[in-house]
Amino acid sequence: MKTIRIGTGAGYAGDRIEPAIELIEKGNIDYIIFECLAERTIAIAQEQKLKNPNKGYNDLLEYRMEKILSSCQKNNVKIITNMGAANPIAAAKITKKIAEEKGLRDLKIASVLGDDVLEKIDKYMGYKVLETGEELEKLKGQIVSANAYLGIDGILEALENGADIIITGRVADPALFLAPLVYEFNWGLEDYEIIGKGIIIGHLLECGGQVTGGYYADPDYKDVERLWELGFPIAEVKDNGDAIITKVEGSGGKVSLDTCKEQLLYEIHDPSQYLTPDGIADFTNLHLKEVEKDKVSIKGGKGAKRPDKLKVSIGYKDCFIGVGEISYGGSGAVKRAKLAAKIVQERLEMQEISVDEIRYDLIGINSLYGNVINIYDKELNEVRLRISARTNDKDIANKVVNEVEALYTNGPAGGGGAEKSIKEIVSVASIFIPRNDVDIKVMYEEV
Amino acid sequence: MKIKLREIAHSRTGDKGNISNISLIVYDEKDYKKIKENVTSDKVKEWFKGIVKGDVQRYELPNIGALNFVMKDALGGGVTRSLAIDKHGKSLSSALLEIEINV
Repeated sequence: MKTIRIGTGAGYAGDRIEPAIELIEKGNIDYIIFECLAERTIAIAQEQKLKNPNKGYNDLLEYRMEKILSSCQKNNVKIITNMGAANPIAAAKITKKIAEEKGLRDLKIASVLGDDVLEKIDKYMGYKVLETGEELEKLKGQIVSANAYLGIDGILEALENGADIIITGRVADPALFLAPLVYEFNWGLEDYEIIGKGIIIGHLLECGGQVTGGYYADPDYKDVERLWELGFPIAEVKDNGDAIITKVEGSGGKVSLDTCKEQLLYEIHDPSQYLTPDGIADFTNLHLKEVEKDKVSIKGGKGAKRPDKLKVSIGYKDCFIGVGEISYGGSGAVKRAKLAAKIVQERLEMQEISVDEIRYDLIGINSLYGNVINIYDKELNEVRLRISARTNDKDIANKVVNEVEALYTNGPAGGGGAEKSIKEIVSVASIFIPRNDVDIKVMYEEV
Repeated sequence: MKIKLREIAHSRTGDKGNISNISLIVYDEKDYKKIKENVTSDKVKEWFKGIVKGDVQRYELPNIGALNFVMKDALGGGVTRSLAIDKHGKSLSSALLEIEINV
C-alpha cells in the first residue's frame, strides 16, 4: 500500500535548521513543511513590505533555502511553506535566485496568493470583531494587514501543476500538511472523515518539535534525551488516513503517547470541533498506540463539512508598551523591590501620568501567577522588579520607563541592572468573511 | 490521601488571542476517573481566580485520558497587548499541576 512521509522543517518563524536538514537527508520523506506564521507575524511582515516592496517574507527564508534547496532536490523532497508571509511572490523570486546561484535545474516554484484581503477591507467595516464583539469600523485607520486563513486549494493546484516548492502567505497551519495528502491519495474533498483525519495529522505536526519531546520535558517526571539535538516529526500516512508519528532514528527527543497527547490538545478548544477552512476535525474517538519506541500510531478521528466562512486575521496598530526592570539582591531584597515599586507608583501619580494599564511584577515571586498561587515562601537571593504599562502615547510610555531607570540614583539601596524598552504593539482582530470573497491565484517561477 | 495533580498527570498550555487552554492528561489511563471527578471547571476557575477573568469550560476526552480546560479572558488582553512577562500563559500548566486532590 502506498504511504507518504511528511516531515516538519519548522514549527515557528525562527526555528532551528539542523532538524530540517536531518529530515531531508535521513528521514526518507516526500515532503517537508515549514510552518512559520504566528497570529500577528504577517502584520509585521506587511509593514516591512510597505517600506520595501521586495521584502515582507520570513526573515530566515534565504538562510533556510540556502541550506536545503540542493539537498531537497537530491533527495526528492518537495517543500511547502508559509514563509511567504506578506509577500509570497518576492519569496518565490528570491528562492529562484538562490536555486540559480546553486546551479540547480528543473525546479518549479509556486507562490499562492489570495489571502491578502486588505484592499477589500472597507466593505467589512460593519462586521463584528470576534475578540471584542464591536464593529471593525472602530479600528479604521489603525489597520495594517488583513489576511484570510486559506485552505488547501492553492497548494493543491500548485502540486497538480508539478510544483516542487510551494510558498504561501496565510494558510491554516494544518492545510500545509493536508494538501500533499489530498494530492497524493486523491482524497475527495467531500469525504469529511478522511479530511478530518488529515487535519488531525497536520495539527500534530504543525508545531515541529512540540510532538517529539519539545515543550514537554520535566526532569524526574517526563525525561527527554538530548533536547539540544531534538529531532523533528515525521508522519507516515496511509491512504486510509491512518498514520504513524515518528522521527529520525538516533535523533534527540522522543515520540510517545504522552508527547502526542499533549500536542493533540495544544491550542484546542472543543476537541469535537476543530475548525479549519478545509473541514472540522473531531478528536474524540481518536486512538493512539505506541507501536515501537518513538513510533505512535494514530487511528480513528472524524470530520465534518468545512465552514462556509473564512477567518480573517486583521493586524492593527494598537498601543505602546513600555517595560522597565531593575534588580535587588541579598537580605531584604524583596522589601527593597517593593519600595522601588512604591516609589514609581507615587512618582507617576505626582506627575499625573495616566496609562491604560500598569503592572508591577516581582520576578521570582509573583510575576507569573500574581499573588494567587503561592508555593514557596523562602527568602530569595535576588529579585527583579518589572513594571510594564500600556498607553496610546509613546511619550507617556517613555516617562514610565524612565521612572524605573531613575531608581538607580533615587531608589532603594543596591538596585542594579536596570533595563527599559518601548514597543509599538500591533494587535490582531478576527472577522469571518464569505469564502467567495477570496480569489486564490497561483504564480510560478522556474529554473 | 491528598496528592498533587503533578503526581498522576501532565499538562500543556495553548493560547488563542485572550483565551488559554490547558490540557490535563493522566500518565495511566486508570487515573482518568480521579481527575474527571476531582478537577471540575469550578475548581479550575477558583484556582486561577485573579488570573483568569472569564468562564472556564471543561471538555472530556476519555479516549486519551485527558481533560481540556478552555479559559476565557485569561491572558491579560491577549498575547499581543498583555503586560505580563508570560504573555502566552505557557507557565499556567505548571500551576494547574499544583492543585491537590483527595484520592
